[in-house]
Amino acid sequence: MDELIVFDKVYLTYHTKESETPVLSDINFTVSKGELMGLVGPSGCGKTTILSLISGIIAPTSGSVLTGGSPPQKCDISGYMLQKDELLPWRTNMGNILLGAEIKKLDRQKTKQKAIQLLKKYDLEGVEKHYPSQLSGGMRQRIALIRTLVLAPQIILLDEPFSALDFQTRLQVVGDVYNMLKSEEMTAVFVTHDINEAISMCDRVAVLSSKPCRIKKIIDISEFNGIPPSERRVNKRFVEIYDDILTTMQNDGE
Amino acid sequence: MNYSKEHTRYLKRLRGKKVTITLGRIAVVLVFFGLWEALTALGVLDSFITSSPSRMAVKLAELFSTGDLLYHMGVTLAETVLSFILATGAGMLIAIILWWFETARKILEPHLVILNALPKIALGPVIIIWVGAGTSAIIVMALLISLIITIINTLQGFLSVDEGKLRLFKTMKASKLQTLVKLVLPASIPNIISVLKVNVGLCWVGTIMGEYLVSKAGLGYLIIYGGTVFDLDIVMTATVVLCVLAAIMYYTVVVAEKLISKKFKFDV
Repeated sequence: MDELIVFDKVYLTYHTKESETPVLSDINFTVSKGELMGLVGPSGCGKTTILSLISGIIAPTSGSVLTGGSPPQKCDISGYMLQKDELLPWRTNMGNILLGAEIKKLDRQKTKQKAIQLLKKYDLEGVEKHYPSQLSGGMRQRIALIRTLVLAPQIILLDEPFSALDFQTRLQVVGDVYNMLKSEEMTAVFVTHDINEAISMCDRVAVLSSKPCRIKKIIDISEFNGIPPSERRVNKRFVEIYDDILTTMQNDGE
Repeated sequence: MNYSKEHTRYLKRLRGKKVTITLGRIAVVLVFFGLWEALTALGVLDSFITSSPSRMAVKLAELFSTGDLLYHMGVTLAETVLSFILATGAGMLIAIILWWFETARKILEPHLVILNALPKIALGPVIIIWVGAGTSAIIVMALLISLIITIINTLQGFLSVDEGKLRLFKTMKASKLQTLVKLVLPASIPNIISVLKVNVGLCWVGTIMGEYLVSKAGLGYLIIYGGTVFDLDIVMTATVVLCVLAAIMYYTVVVAEKLISKKFKFDV
């Protein structure tokens, strides 16, 4: 079993002058290669914190986080997609796509070749010399995803990447991103508070509690594997899974 | 281009409005000088105290023919430009250092605020004693007036860079230098330009203040000299020349702003 991400008894506490806040409490899960793992939970429960741990921006207070078998600070195998596209307005789209490569000092020509292929593949040919302000929200978000993909990460972290889009664009971009992830055989962790979106994209969904964040239940929806989001939504099992997740979220007592 | 009747009318109205505004602006100047001239000619104002546009014109020609005007203009302009460049350069450099070292920033913050509140002209006599009554005293005066506010405003811009973009750089494991060069500096360009605009004005204040104190050459010296010998024509002429120079320098920055914003895709 290729377990690309392993969380083992992870605890995390934030310290501020006023207080110390336990954010994560006994988080245990693994994500296998090629799997799309969803994290759903109430806003502010610590979903983003889990992504920060995987990307190595922060370290756990106790317990261990391993990506590809080593601590994330020591290896660089994850790419992060933020809530907003965060494209830099003063760079062309290509300039934006190459930002990560510049920072990591990768071969510019090679990355550019790859970027051109990806742009072609995702119907964004010809926009590389334009500026982000000339693109629609959905196109910008796809440019942001390509910016992540050209770095060839083994893991992609998605932090509510669709929440800034309007409903129609959102449906389309969810489909696009799903196809991109599956066709590149990416491993991904997808954070959202939208249950629909989680079921549309993921193979498994972890339901999180409010702070301090624990995993209440991990729901397996691998039965949907290979089915694109638009078809999942009309599947009759969709509603049952939705109910299962919602009940788990609302059930605070256990 | 083919527009509908309505749109053509709209464009016409827009153009009409623009013409009115431009003409209005010119009219304000003409009315101001016209009234000034008329009131002194009628004897309502005493031209010995207020001077008058016609007397200023004579004085201007006189100062020009003796070469005094160009000399003093040159001196003041050189001092202002030099202090502007020094203040902007040093201010940005210090702002970058303070952005880099958070603890240093926190230590120095209150001191900067207090220095900023201090009326710098109070330090005039000290400056003269320390660096001598010459060009350097004038530059130091101009620097004192503009440097602190440059640091404070530039730093403010650096610190208000979008959190999300900072997070993006963090997730890409960018070094501090990369974050500075690829994010903080370019994102601060609009702010830096507005700092430059303020600085132009402050450097003029500083230079003229310095020339008052040192009193050797420059438009500030001309003004003080004119005041001392009660030649209001010199005072007013020098003031108007100063006004024109300051305007030219300000608009140079505005043009630079437009060019830079276009290049960096910032909306102004």
